[in-house]
Amino acid sequence: MSEDHFQGYKGEALEVLKKYKVRVWGQVDIETTRGNFTGTVLPRSESDDDFHLVLKIPTGYNVGIDVHNIKSMTETGYKKANYKIPEKEFPYTEGLPNVKLFGTGGTIASRLDYRTGAVIPAFTPGELYGAVPELADICNLTTEKLFAVFSENMGPEQYKKLAIAIGKEIENGIDGIVIGHGTDTLHHTAAALTYMIKDPPIPIVMVGSQRSSDRPSSDAALNLMHANYTAAYGQIAEVLVCMFGPTSDDYALLHRGTRVRKMHSSYRSTFRTLGDIPLATATRQGVKPLKNNFKPRRNDKNVEILPYFEEKVSIVYYYPNMQPDIIDSLVENGYKGIVIAGTGLGHVNKPLYPAIERATKKGVHIYMTVQTMWGYVHMFVYDTGRDLMAKGVVPAENMLPEVAYIKLGWTLGQTNDPKEVKKIMLTPVNDDITSREPYNGYLVYQGGLPEVEEFIRKVRK
Amino acid sequence: MKYKSYPLKNYSQTKAEIGYVPRKRSTQETYDRIGFMSGLEVHQQLDTGKKLFCRCPAGIYQKDDDYDAEIIRHMRPTLSELGEYDGTALMEFKTRKDIIYRIKNITTCTYDTDDTPPFPINHDALEIALEISLLKKLNIVGEVHITRKQYLDGSIPTGFQRTGILGVEGEIELTNKKIRLIQLSLEEDSCREVSDIGHTRTYRTDRLGMPLIETVTYPDMVNPDEVAEACQFIRFLNRSTGKVRTGIGAARQDVNVSCRGGTRVEIKGVSHIKWIPELTHNEAFRQWALLHIREKLLKKIKKTTEWTIKFKELDSRYFNIKKSPFIKFIKSDYKFYVVLLPGFKGILSHFTQPGKSFADEISDRLKVIACIEQPNMTHSEALKPMISDQVMASIKEEMDMKPADGLVVFRGPEDDIKTGLETIEERCKWAFEGVPNETRKSFADGTTIFERVLPGPDRMYPDTDSAPIPLKDDYIEKLRKRLPEETIKAYRQMKKWNIPEDTYTYILRNNLYPLISKIINKLGYEPKFVGTLFGHKLKYLDRQFEQSKDFNYDKIFSLLENIKNNGYEKELVFEMLPVVYQKPKIDFLSILALINYKKISEKQLLADLSFLKKKHSDICHSNNSEARYNWLMGQIRPKAIGNISLAKLKETVRNIDS
Repeated sequence: MSEDHFQGYKGEALEVLKKYKVRVWGQVDIETTRGNFTGTVLPRSESDDDFHLVLKIPTGYNVGIDVHNIKSMTETGYKKANYKIPEKEFPYTEGLPNVKLFGTGGTIASRLDYRTGAVIPAFTPGELYGAVPELADICNLTTEKLFAVFSENMGPEQYKKLAIAIGKEIENGIDGIVIGHGTDTLHHTAAALTYMIKDPPIPIVMVGSQRSSDRPSSDAALNLMHANYTAAYGQIAEVLVCMFGPTSDDYALLHRGTRVRKMHSSYRSTFRTLGDIPLATATRQGVKPLKNNFKPRRNDKNVEILPYFEEKVSIVYYYPNMQPDIIDSLVENGYKGIVIAGTGLGHVNKPLYPAIERATKKGVHIYMTVQTMWGYVHMFVYDTGRDLMAKGVVPAENMLPEVAYIKLGWTLGQTNDPKEVKKIMLTPVNDDITSREPYNGYLVYQGGLPEVEEFIRKVRK
Repeated sequence: MKYKSYPLKNYSQTKAEIGYVPRKRSTQETYDRIGFMSGLEVHQQLDTGKKLFCRCPAGIYQKDDDYDAEIIRHMRPTLSELGEYDGTALMEFKTRKDIIYRIKNITTCTYDTDDTPPFPINHDALEIALEISLLKKLNIVGEVHITRKQYLDGSIPTGFQRTGILGVEGEIELTNKKIRLIQLSLEEDSCREVSDIGHTRTYRTDRLGMPLIETVTYPDMVNPDEVAEACQFIRFLNRSTGKVRTGIGAARQDVNVSCRGGTRVEIKGVSHIKWIPELTHNEAFRQWALLHIREKLLKKIKKTTEWTIKFKELDSRYFNIKKSPFIKFIKSDYKFYVVLLPGFKGILSHFTQPGKSFADEISDRLKVIACIEQPNMTHSEALKPMISDQVMASIKEEMDMKPADGLVVFRGPEDDIKTGLETIEERCKWAFEGVPNETRKSFADGTTIFERVLPGPDRMYPDTDSAPIPLKDDYIEKLRKRLPEETIKAYRQMKKWNIPEDTYTYILRNNLYPLISKIINKLGYEPKFVGTLFGHKLKYLDRQFEQSKDFNYDKIFSLLENIKNNGYEKELVFEMLPVVYQKPKIDFLSILALINYKKISEKQLLADLSFLKKKHSDICHSNNSEARYNWLMGQIRPKAIGNISLAKLKETVRNIDS
């Protein structure tokens, strides 16, 4: 196969490179109307414009040169960079627990290619050991790359494959599972796995990172250590999300896969348990439960995998003046289940009622959740709620909208009988619905208040 | 007794051997002999309202203990830093630092704490930096690429500094030569360190993220004074735009120094230009001394690759707890270790810098790398012994020390001992090579201490969070049209004008040249008068009085304009300026009233003068004409000033008898 000498270059820039017979990775002297430049031509990002060359100058910095300003250019040498993550054999230590790490495509551990800026994922045990050598003190690690998709492209197909693969590992007697996942939809996958993997005997820990591991301040290494520790030694045999508790490099919170949500677009401590307190904390010293109603680790290899999912399910996020045709179009397009994220205690406006009625009559399963995220659906409080229930909308207690969506898809993958669906939907699994909300479950601090400021000043969060 | 004085004797002797000359007695010949070479990295904060990559206000500072929150992070060497992990790297993890950031809400946002990606670059900052790049005759890039430059010391919470090159290959003209510039970059400023004790380093995040430019020169400077001059000129030029910050910490420089056969060593964060000559002088000689040490060791030790230290834990009962300062800061978990350095006699007390010997090189690294606070060690050739001769003798005996050897005793927390031992061995092995790559921290006395291992060359990589910023030709040309006069041209014009040279630093530092030439050209004042008005009088006022917040230099222009338009003599400004300086809102006539100015005709003054002359002869019996002159001037001056030119007045008084 012939090599691409002009990686990423197109249009005018490509013409100029060809004209002067200069290749990517070629060392060049360039004469421009703005003076002379020397350096190595680097590949260009496809999304950038087509009239600049990227040059790495001798001091290591990158600069762009406008091709319109080039008077002449000579290739004086050629040196292709080839960056690889150093791989070292992951040491096997007799007596340490065995942990399996599944990769889904997110890059928990990675290094950046200096020259191109591309991220090279570290994934094999050897690479991970190269990146986070402390893992070898925690467990004996094996890895398997199941897919290579971005977090936002994870879907039912992947949930099912993942659940089946985990089932097999459990049958083979693994001590703990870690799943590396992009953070954007990590909580959807966590919910799906909770439903699809019934009563696992071991911890199944999902982990990601908010700052890629090519930066010294990355949260990836600590997250990986916490997750592996939780999988190897933790006593909680549930699907857990393991991410930073505070933004400081301190401890991880273990969240139930059914009560967790990504709450900040970029913060390290983005994952929060909503409507309840987190299940536990994890450090490299141990897992410390904050609640005691978890399913404990068992010695058997028994697990039931329920890899079902109906894809024609949707979430409708209600907003004032929503038109009924939104609901109608879902029904027309063959949707079988709708989760509404309603206002307040679980409401939508009157004009939607006929559409909802039409939908339920056609056998569409409609469940009500709250867009307030915290709190229960209470459809008896106002007439509007009662009317909705009469039209067939089922209140989903304090299930989070995304969780209800996953659960409805999973349920409809198994049955279409409204009674059966309702029974499955409203039977709590790992606290996706809780019978009571603890007083300290809802905690959204507001800075500026003296007592909060005092807390923040005193406690490193 | 003879033995006891050996370290001091050896120190002096080695100092002489390398031909150390104090700076005051050094000449260009001295520097040519050791191959002095130096380059600069001059940092200058830009005067923008906001930070570079976020919308936090710039230039609001907090006190050490004034903070709203603290967060704690660790910096982890990425693969890119090290290529491969080895034992040393793992060791570094284990002795790593807790980095604590003290955050003040008003100046710090989630970008600063590395919890939010960067916002688009501050365009005001980019524009100022481009103007300065043009002034420095740099080749402006077609597109700015933001690069990440790794720093593992925690001074930036991301672990890297976002920085972009604006231009390469420029030059700046000094009085006698041109200095070539490698590049100019626009970057975000780092945190300010509060403390660094043991395994905890604390920073303030107020300065973090403020726009900063870095001008890097080639190592074109061949003596310490030239380094200082180059630094001055770069600073003047930065200030000539009037768009950079001034005040403590607004301009700082890293100074790179080497001697022939030495290594580029970076002296970090030199905050005063006046320190540069002494620092560069000493650093060049320190390297010269290290090369001398290398030579000595290679003569004595044949197989340097096989050289190792020998060490042993010491029973702390060896020490007289009450007496030794070495014991003072001991905690209960501390261990004592003795380390034998075969063949190192005469090295530990070998001169390196004034008042410092090779042993300090080891001690400083123990502090920084192994995090063991000083005094962390003593040794067989201590200039100021910290343990008694008897104790030292018994330790030597226990280690079976030969006359040709050296010996170090150090102590620290148990967890840090392993790193400590590695650090000692590593530094000693470096002695066979010569000068280690490192950055050093400067002190006012002109000496330096080890700060960090110099980062590898591959610590730069593209910032995937930022898009390239194209710089179009018409934009660059627009900026080029509004550039201020080049510093060297201002310098030469002032020379031509006969303005005394001792005023130039003040004038250029405060970017007063444009105002001075405006006064000279528009109001017609004599250049020398204007130059000294600023460079002497105003400088004096800066020290004597507190400048009013409302004062600005343009007030001086209005003042001189009023004086001229009202037909007063120029010297009146000397009386009026202190008032304007402190109370700039007072109008011209009120100032005149305040200083008791009265319009008096020349004729009246002459009449007064002859009256005074008579008075003088009445009360004075001496014939000293100089005394009479001084007395007369003292009496008449307050009235005369503004009404008659001082030169004319002086002449009149001198010739009063004729």
